[in-house]
Amino acid sequence: MFMYYVRLAALSYRRNPILSSLMVLAVAVGVGAYMVVFTLNYVLGGDPIPHKSDQLYHIQFDYGDPDVADFEPPPQLAYRDAITMLEQSSDFRRAATSKFVAILEPPGNDLRPFFVNGRGSSADFFAMFDVPFQYGNGWDRAADDGQRQVVVLSQELNERLFGGADSVGETINMDGHVFTVIGVLDYWEPTPKFYDVNNGPIDTGEEAYIPWSLIAGQQLRRSGNTNCWAAPENSSFEAFLNAECAWVQFWVELPDSQSFDRYQTMVDNYVAEQRDFGRMQFPVEKRLYDVNEWMVYNEVQPDETRILSALAAMLLAVCLLNTVGLLLSKFLGKSGEIGVRQALGAGKGSLFIQHTIEAGFIGALGGVLGLGVAAIGLEGIKILLGPEAPTQWITINVTVIATTILLAIASTIIAGLYPIWRACNINPAIHLKTQ
Amino acid sequence: MELGPITRALLRNKLGVILIALQIAFTMTVIVNAVYIINDRAANMARPSGLDEANTFHISSIGYGNSFNESVVVDEDLNMIRQLPGVIDATVTNAIPVSGSGSSSGYGLEPGRRDTLVPAAIYRVDEHVLEAMDLDLVAGVPFTAQQIVRRTPTEERQVTETILSQAMAESLYPDDWRQALNQNIYGPDGSALRVVGIVDRLQAPWPTFTYVENSMLTPEITLDNSTTYLVRTEPGYRDELMVEVEERLATAPHQRILRNNQSLEYTRTESYRIDSLMTTILKVVIGTLMFITAMGIVGLAVFSINRRRKQIGTRRALGATRFSILRYFMTENLIISAAGVTLGAIMTVGFNMFLVQTFNMPRIDWFYAPIGMLALLLLGQLAVIGPARSAAAITPALATRSV
Repeated sequence: MFMYYVRLAALSYRRNPILSSLMVLAVAVGVGAYMVVFTLNYVLGGDPIPHKSDQLYHIQFDYGDPDVADFEPPPQLAYRDAITMLEQSSDFRRAATSKFVAILEPPGNDLRPFFVNGRGSSADFFAMFDVPFQYGNGWDRAADDGQRQVVVLSQELNERLFGGADSVGETINMDGHVFTVIGVLDYWEPTPKFYDVNNGPIDTGEEAYIPWSLIAGQQLRRSGNTNCWAAPENSSFEAFLNAECAWVQFWVELPDSQSFDRYQTMVDNYVAEQRDFGRMQFPVEKRLYDVNEWMVYNEVQPDETRILSALAAMLLAVCLLNTVGLLLSKFLGKSGEIGVRQALGAGKGSLFIQHTIEAGFIGALGGVLGLGVAAIGLEGIKILLGPEAPTQWITINVTVIATTILLAIASTIIAGLYPIWRACNINPAIHLKTQ
Repeated sequence: MELGPITRALLRNKLGVILIALQIAFTMTVIVNAVYIINDRAANMARPSGLDEANTFHISSIGYGNSFNESVVVDEDLNMIRQLPGVIDATVTNAIPVSGSGSSSGYGLEPGRRDTLVPAAIYRVDEHVLEAMDLDLVAGVPFTAQQIVRRTPTEERQVTETILSQAMAESLYPDDWRQALNQNIYGPDGSALRVVGIVDRLQAPWPTFTYVENSMLTPEITLDNSTTYLVRTEPGYRDELMVEVEERLATAPHQRILRNNQSLEYTRTESYRIDSLMTTILKVVIGTLMFITAMGIVGLAVFSINRRRKQIGTRRALGATRFSILRYFMTENLIISAAGVTLGAIMTVGFNMFLVQTFNMPRIDWFYAPIGMLALLLLGQLAVIGPARSAAAITPALATRSV
């Protein structure tokens, strides 16, 4: 019976091809546009590390400047606090991390020296964020403490330097310092770049990872955001490290509520102690943010995609209103046929099923076409984002495909409810008379 | 006018009217707010940086190794660049306007009053900056070669002069920005800078910075092995000079790498990439929406005409002209559209209030809603012309046939 109704729907489509195509087009555009925005929001507003986002916490301290009204505490840590937190968190996995830049002199004479963006991080970084390795491993805490000159390469950098071969044990020269390669990452480009959102959610990952202690050891140049709310005492690096300048990201992994409570107490005690010294005078709402809370707190989801969501929802509404009207025309246009079917014994129930399937049929066609619209839209956005931004995250995945088609069918049927009801309640006598 | 009969006829088909009116209302809400967002962004993107953007490029040189002496290399490079035919002038700078990265600080009129500091972008440049950036000095004098201080990042700062953008001078002296000339202004650490000049306009590097017009020039070169040159050329020479400068810098016998050889136009495109992306998406949305709505109006008009073919034939047979049939359907559409745009105006303002509250966007100008209403009324009329003409073409003889 289902297939019969689908055949009837196809027949009805052919009888009124322009009207029907218009409906399919409207559904496709509405749903397609909605899916483009949905995909952007799905990634940028989604959980970047679902299985442990509730175990990873970033600290927000009570930083503030008494002289500046509306001073927002910077979402990073000052060096001295990061050092203390590293010591006090040693029972847990934890990582202080920040960016650096360096000139890399490749081994051999084939390549000219080039500029790399790197990341200094504590040993636990790789385990905490499930960073995938192609070859070798990260380092251990002893390497952090000993400021050992070891490096983990990104897949891309390893490709560039060693042609993608297992380079563990090779050495590279960055800013005149020799580093031993101990690991090579697999492809890793999380979007949003949740472990460091200071330079925007869509940011290319670093190419080389070294123990963070080397940055404070001033072996390599710091980069990334730095926010000071008190001038350092003088121009020396030591004065900078001791100053009220936030530039370090700090994450800790707290596997259960017991450790969370313990950690919360430790952080609160530390703040109380610092407050007695005259620091951290500006209470913050909350000091420990898990990954998702941190994304919301840092407004990772761009205003643009949120505005577009609202606009896309209205676009979909217009398309569906359009569909209601067109379905109404179509169903009432074939009142004669409905009259005949009723006269031949079709009950309201079967008329209802028939027309629901007809609406669903149009919705399904619209959904398939909508996938095409979404694919074109996303491709266009990739082109417009330009060559500098990572765009691999903009893809149509299974969730999007399924959602698109379901959304198209469901919304067309919902839009069709009133027209269907009207179709089921046609008075057959009037329409039979004129035949 | 047959407003009475048209309205009564419409009331017999309330749902059709509501559908079209709602569609027009939503369309208007989206279109008007989208146009407003586009204009808002376009106005942002059109703000001049103060530089001769079409004829300017920049390139960075990063030295390495123990033999690299930045102080010597900078002089050598700048001499070479300034002597190239087609180059107007070049300066070294720590930041590029509109690039999105740079350095900022606060300055005020009294030392130690941190609450009065006015934020500004700091450009560390040499005495060629005015020519290289094409800045107009509206008061005071340029930097001299003797004022340029060279220092490593860990040496104490000794700069004593500054040139302000006029907007910065206005922030410090709201009554008369000219008063800023020859005054001392004080940084967060209490150090003083004397204002030797004021230029008409120079933007900070961050397009979204609240104080985007507040900039300061200081005569210094930071010796941290990383140098950026900003070069201004005669019109038409930029592209070939970009290649030539990079080649010459690369062949000079220094251990360094060159990066970010970009025209300022490219830098601007990159900085405003998200804005132009948003603008393009919104334009596509507007186009699509107008098309869909127009098609919806056509579809329903055709439907309602088809249902009334016999009545139309009867009216024609009773003496109505083709024009009065045309006018009937145009008027009908006008009534529906008027209801739609009235609701649309309310929704437009409502949605704009949402945007203002949630995203801190400026309020919509009053004339947007009326223009949007007119535009949609016009769209409705254009969409209905086709079906109305085919209605007018119905022959009076139709009245005599049974269907």
